Formats: sequence, structure tokens, C-alpha cells
Amino acid sequence: MRATAPTFEYYTPRTVTEVLKLIGKLKPVNMIAGGTDFVPAVRLKGFRPENVVSLVNLRRELSYVTLKGDTVRIGALTKIRDVQRSEHIRKATCLHEALSQIGSVQIRNMATIGGNLCNASPAADSAPPLLVLDASVEIVRKGGRRTIPLKNFFLGPGKTVLRKGELLKEITFRPEAGTASSFQKLGRTRGEDISTATAAILLKTDGSKISQARIALGSVAPTPIRAYKSEKELVGKTASEVILDAAAAKAAEEAKPITDVRASGDYRRSAVKALVRQGLAQALERARGGA
Amino acid sequence: MDMKMKINGEPVTLDVPPNELLLDTLRTRLGLTGSKDVCRTGDCCACTVLLNGRAINSCLIFTSEANGSDVLTIEGLGQNEKLHPLQEAFVEEDATHCGYCTPGMIMSAYALLQENPNPTRKDVEEALAGNLCRCGTYYSAVNAVLKASEKLRPDV
Repeated sequence: MRATAPTFEYYTPRTVTEVLKLIGKLKPVNMIAGGTDFVPAVRLKGFRPENVVSLVNLRRELSYVTLKGDTVRIGALTKIRDVQRSEHIRKATCLHEALSQIGSVQIRNMATIGGNLCNASPAADSAPPLLVLDASVEIVRKGGRRTIPLKNFFLGPGKTVLRKGELLKEITFRPEAGTASSFQKLGRTRGEDISTATAAILLKTDGSKISQARIALGSVAPTPIRAYKSEKELVGKTASEVILDAAAAKAAEEAKPITDVRASGDYRRSAVKALVRQGLAQALERARGGA
Repeated sequence: MDMKMKINGEPVTLDVPPNELLLDTLRTRLGLTGSKDVCRTGDCCACTVLLNGRAINSCLIFTSEANGSDVLTIEGLGQNEKLHPLQEAFVEEDATHCGYCTPGMIMSAYALLQENPNPTRKDVEEALAGNLCRCGTYYSAVNAVLKASEKLRPDV
């Protein structure tokens, strides 16, 4: 055995109700979903949880992708790979593209979509597409629940609005007819890398006019963010080189990137401009292609 | 904690601390050293095993989380006397140099062929994308998987 790290109290509740009871009671408490971030944090980064509630037994209860009425529902413990391969996701092109580029097949077989969101990394690749899809999250606690827009979910790196005793249960969004989307990712290598910067774009066109625009950015602010000012540059306008360039430049202004091991802040800002510009072009092409 | 798993088809009962890595359980406790211990961060995939039929990194999961599961390692695939067709194909295509990444590559490929017996070159490249090889055997490894998929296909 390698150096024996101090261990923790380990709980394996069988149902959501049991989980809620435990996480309401234990102090402090951490939950483990897919484990791809949690395990190296414990084994390599000196993270010392005291009480660990495993969600492994909820994998059946909270692992699903369904389309009910006009709403796509994703159980929080659904593996990234299962979401990626679901027929209900195919039309949400930007989400499908983003999930297909998370880690390796191995990572996608382990990591969950709820874990990707709750971990609240600014670089969580599922977040920008879900933000442009205007997704909501259902949060449950013992004896209660609340549903909030995903855009209000993140507070900072590693921080969400989840309170003591709360569990992210489900992610929902309504695919809107006539929209087209795109996801753009820049890493040090093509795929298999934590994002240096990402952009998700969703557009709706009415003839030559852009009637709706949503833009979200990843890895360039303390949380994944919507680029509202950039969106405003587009809505009601006829798509042209000038308009798209202006929107991309605005998105770069809205980014608040840091310098780290992956890239400098300046580089990230330039990257945002290029990624948004490319994403807009691709989404427009898809909108026109009637896809 | 006490737990049960099936490893390479054999029922196993274990008493492990909840923070022990599946990779360490396999290599140190059970002597199954085919799964390689390299990065421990999920970056290299040399530790790839199948958990309930799916390729995963055994360095990113606590053994406790695999309670009740089926684990397949490279040792469960073939033996020295009788190699699995994937292993044969890696030999024939000279797809191993130092060999350290090979068990992981083969387990990734095995998971792919279980799901998709008729993969394209692109499918194979995607399935092996996480498996890093410092010798640069990528091209021959992909060739080997394609060759094995032909051998394994039941018809024709």
C-alpha cells in the first residue's frame, strides 16, 4: 500500500431520503458522486474530509435522461457519457459537443453531470451549454425542494448556492424549436485537457435577423458566466461581419480571466473573442441549414 | 469496511479502508499488477479496468465505491498460454514498445469492442484517446484494435 492516508467515516445511504437525512445531520459532510475530482483531492492534494456520504447507491434513482412534454430532464447522477449519448441531447448541439469533449471515455464513464456542476469549477464544460439552454436545477432537502435557474447556481470557484443539507437532484431545460447552437473549446491540446477558455452560443434567426441570442463563457471568470452585453449586440440585428465582430469583442470585455498554469489572462481574453466569433458563425450556419 | 466484488469472474471478499484506491487493491492486495500505476490523476489511463462493463480509471475510484460490482482486469482477458485476440493483434502489429501503457490500451479497446464490435478507425481513436503512450505506438495500436475487431467478428 502507498502511504496510508487518514481515512474518513464513509456512509452509503440507499435512497434520496436517506441521503437527505444524513447530510442534514452530519457536520462537516462531503458527498461523493463520480469521484473523478474528489478522489485525487483526497489522495494527492491533502484534502481531509471527515464524513463522506457516497451517492453510489442513488445511481439508479438519479440516473436518467428523459423527454417529458417539452422538457428534457437529467438526473444529477447520470454519467457524462450517458448524457452525451442520449437521443434527447442530440438536438441540444452545444451540450452534446461539450460533453463529448470532457476528459477521456474513462472519465466520462465515471464523472456525473451533477458532480460537474456542484464542483463549481469555472472550467466545468457542461455549464456554458446548459447556461445558453437556460437550464434549471432542482435542489432537494429534507422536507423541501427549490428550483432555480442555473445562472443563479454558481457563486465562485468551488462555491454554489447549495446550503447545508441540500442535494442537486435534477437538471432540466426546454429545447426551443428553431434555435441552433455551437460549443467552442480551447485547450492546450485538442480534447483531453481542462479548458483554457470555452464559449457556448445559442441563436434563433428570423429571416436574416437574429431574434434571440444567448452566449456563455467558461474558464474566463470565477464562475461560468452569461455574456449579456454581447447578446444585446446581436438581438434584432441583421447578421453581418461587423455585428458578429462587435458581439465577440463585447464578450471579451465581459470576461474576467485570471492568469494560471494554462494561459495568461490576456491570452484568454483574446481567445474569448475568437471562440465567440467562431461559435456565432457556426451557430448561424446551422440555423440557416435548418438543422 | 467489508465488501464483496467479482474480479475477473471470481467472487472476492475484502476488508479495506474506505479511502483505498481500486488500483491499490488490485495491485498490492490482490497481486494483479497488470493494471499499471502511473499518474494517479486520471490523465494517462494506464490503470484502465472495466467496472460493470465500462472502461474506467482504477486510480480515480475508491474500492469501497465498487462494492457489489464486477471488475475485469487485463489478467481476466487472456493468459500467457492463450492470449485474447486483442493481445495477439497487439503482438502481430508490434503495437507495444516499452509495454507500460499496453494493458490500459487493451482494456479500453476491449470495452469498445464489447459495445461496438464493428468500429471505424475514428471510433477506435476516440476509445483510446485517453491512453497515453510515450513510445508513440498510437498508430499501430489503432491498427491492432481494428485487426482484432475483424478477427472477433462472428460472421463472414
